Amino acid sequence: MGPVLAGVLQLLALIAALALAYRPLGDHMAGVYSTDRHWRVEKWLYKGIGANPDAGMRWPAYLRGVLAFSVVGVLFLYLLQRLQGVLPGSLGFASVDPDQAFNTAASFVTNTNWQSYYGEQTMGHVVQVAGLAVQNFVSAAVGMAVAVALVRGFARSRTGELGNFWADMVRGVTRVLLPLSVIAAVVLLACGAIQNFSGIHEVGQFMGGSQQWNGGAVASTEAIKEIGTNGGGVFNANSAHPFENPTPFTNLFEIFLLLVIPFSLTRTFGVMVGNVRQGYAILATMATIWVGFVALMMWTEFAHHGPAFEIAGGATEGKEVRFGVGASSIFAVSTTLTSTGAVDSFHSSYTGLGGGITMLGMMLGEIAPGGTGSGLYGMLIMAVIAVFIAGLMVGRTPEYLGKKIGIREIKLAACYLLITPALVLVLTATAMALHTPGHSMTNSGAHGFSEILYAYTSASNNNGSAFAGLNADTPWFNSTLGIAMLLGRFLPMIFVLALAGSLAEQRPVPVTAGTLRTEKPLFTGLLVGAILIITGLTYFPALALGPLAEGLAA
Amino acid sequence: MNNSVSNTARLLGAALRALLVLTLVTGVLYPLAVTGVAQALFSGKANGSEIEADGEVVGSSLIGQSYDLPLKKGQETPEPDLKWFQGRPRNGLGTNSVNTRYKLILSGATNRSGDNAELIRWVKDAKAAVVKDNSVTGYTVRASEVPADAVTSSGSGLDPDISPQYAEIQVHRVAERNGLSATRVEKLVKDHTEGRTLGFIGEPRVNVLELNIALRELVAGS
Repeated sequence: MGPVLAGVLQLLALIAALALAYRPLGDHMAGVYSTDRHWRVEKWLYKGIGANPDAGMRWPAYLRGVLAFSVVGVLFLYLLQRLQGVLPGSLGFASVDPDQAFNTAASFVTNTNWQSYYGEQTMGHVVQVAGLAVQNFVSAAVGMAVAVALVRGFARSRTGELGNFWADMVRGVTRVLLPLSVIAAVVLLACGAIQNFSGIHEVGQFMGGSQQWNGGAVASTEAIKEIGTNGGGVFNANSAHPFENPTPFTNLFEIFLLLVIPFSLTRTFGVMVGNVRQGYAILATMATIWVGFVALMMWTEFAHHGPAFEIAGGATEGKEVRFGVGASSIFAVSTTLTSTGAVDSFHSSYTGLGGGITMLGMMLGEIAPGGTGSGLYGMLIMAVIAVFIAGLMVGRTPEYLGKKIGIREIKLAACYLLITPALVLVLTATAMALHTPGHSMTNSGAHGFSEILYAYTSASNNNGSAFAGLNADTPWFNSTLGIAMLLGRFLPMIFVLALAGSLAEQRPVPVTAGTLRTEKPLFTGLLVGAILIITGLTYFPALALGPLAEGLAA
Repeated sequence: MNNSVSNTARLLGAALRALLVLTLVTGVLYPLAVTGVAQALFSGKANGSEIEADGEVVGSSLIGQSYDLPLKKGQETPEPDLKWFQGRPRNGLGTNSVNTRYKLILSGATNRSGDNAELIRWVKDAKAAVVKDNSVTGYTVRASEVPADAVTSSGSGLDPDISPQYAEIQVHRVAERNGLSATRVEKLVKDHTEGRTLGFIGEPRVNVLELNIALRELVAGS
């Protein structure tokens, strides 16, 4: 069997596994966010928080919960890193510098997991486990809560209430993320991922002498890192590191983990709005883009254009032997079409066009299938836009799921859509115009520009992967990327929740012969088209200067 | 005004308490439970899959090593010890720049693009070296036979594996240097070649450390 066929078979196996999990997990999550029964553990947690989980919140209150929880999260994580030098259980590692600590705190709270630090030499056990990994859980749970609030906006009528933030967030952790993580961590352990608190290991070598490596809670972190579409590795090499991703099977398993919640949430959406076929239409849109991108990526990586790859005879730079080019391509696309940003191979050493595909994946807004929660709400915003475009074409007030998309709704959706491109393009242009940021580039020419474009794209879309040649541990990049992550996460959430509130207040309009059938393939086609065209128009000039220039020259 | 300040304070208090209770659950209980399972059921793997040869730990089966001669005076990079099978280049690997009381391996890739001049030079040099080192009397390696993994650095810099093709072209050299027959070394490579998982997951591979340990035993026994 050749590597291309093996790559395609791995893709098919992945699709089969995701299909098997789709209904049970999607239905389970719909139940989690719909029931009014609390687990005993959850009651203790609510008591600890001092919140009434049954109190309905209107959108401003829901938003205040999100923001307060995230502000506290950033401050806590910042302090934890600043105090590392005096914390026990930190291997004697020094405290993290202020600009890097801010960047990292913003990064993990926003579900980005951009890392301007080298994991193995910077973060001790306590910061890693009680700081960073905790945000892996809760930032994902916040994303899911906001998505569920938007779904309730469609499902409910003549009420302003979107549910209770504390209950949604806690349940996301206790009933979805934690059980899945325990299972996944045990699977990873059985395959060879490490999990110990025994500090620095000094181990003999074949040729004599010794080597030192850092232990840590790797399997438990790796599990939630993928399931919560976070992506921040314990080691600098992330999921390319054999301790995080030891075998070809764990590699495929990790891709499955990072896709399973975002895809299954479309089922949750369908169930909660009372029409699973609406969920299938959204699923079909996501799956079309994902499969298309994987196919393109495999094509360009197996073709390996580019001087160094042509001399080598393959695009294996930055890729591990055990995964190969095929599975690495699937991982690269899946991590950039979700908000994960974990990598099992290094995107900067992909072919010019391959690197462009990873960037374009993020620029779509990470909606195919996107991050845990953020993928679904991002895609529903695009659906609102697509319905609006269709409405313009036939001259009719657009509706989606029985709700009118009026002036207020379309303004909120448009604002959502404008935030990330504005952040990416303005910050990239500023960095290029200034003198010093360019010193951080490893490569020159088109690829050097791509390093900076990639960094701001990754941060603003809360992805976290990198063209890692860029030395991002400078005050300029630590602060601007930190700000991009915060604005790219929370400004869109404001518009999502405002939209949810506005939809929930409406009374539903009855379906008539003139209603656009949003559960049909025609709508899926319209939606895919709208996504590609809007993203293409926004980013084409920037892409032409970077990856396209590099890819076409090769 | 006072009212909104106290409301904000109350909200932030609730947020802080939420963070603390969830830290207890996901940042203390969860990792400790997983560590408990790990140390009880998979302690060898959970501590780094260390392997021993002659009663001494010689590394981890998951972490690639270099098989070089000791650094000579005036040399900046050591020469490979051609007695042993060689792994992939590791140009992206580093050593720690902070907390330098330790000498930690810093995993990583080169992050060079396909048109990067330095990468082109590395690949060319590596290819020439593979051809030169492995061509021995009666066996000549052609440049077109050198597989891509032999001349490119991995993502982690710690790739424990090489492709079976790269192991294959090293057989004659290793046999000659160790005074073994090529057939015996070839059989050793075959025995240490792992195919795709279930026939289609990943790529076929040879673990270099395990192969060299077996080679050392073979040399000692012959």
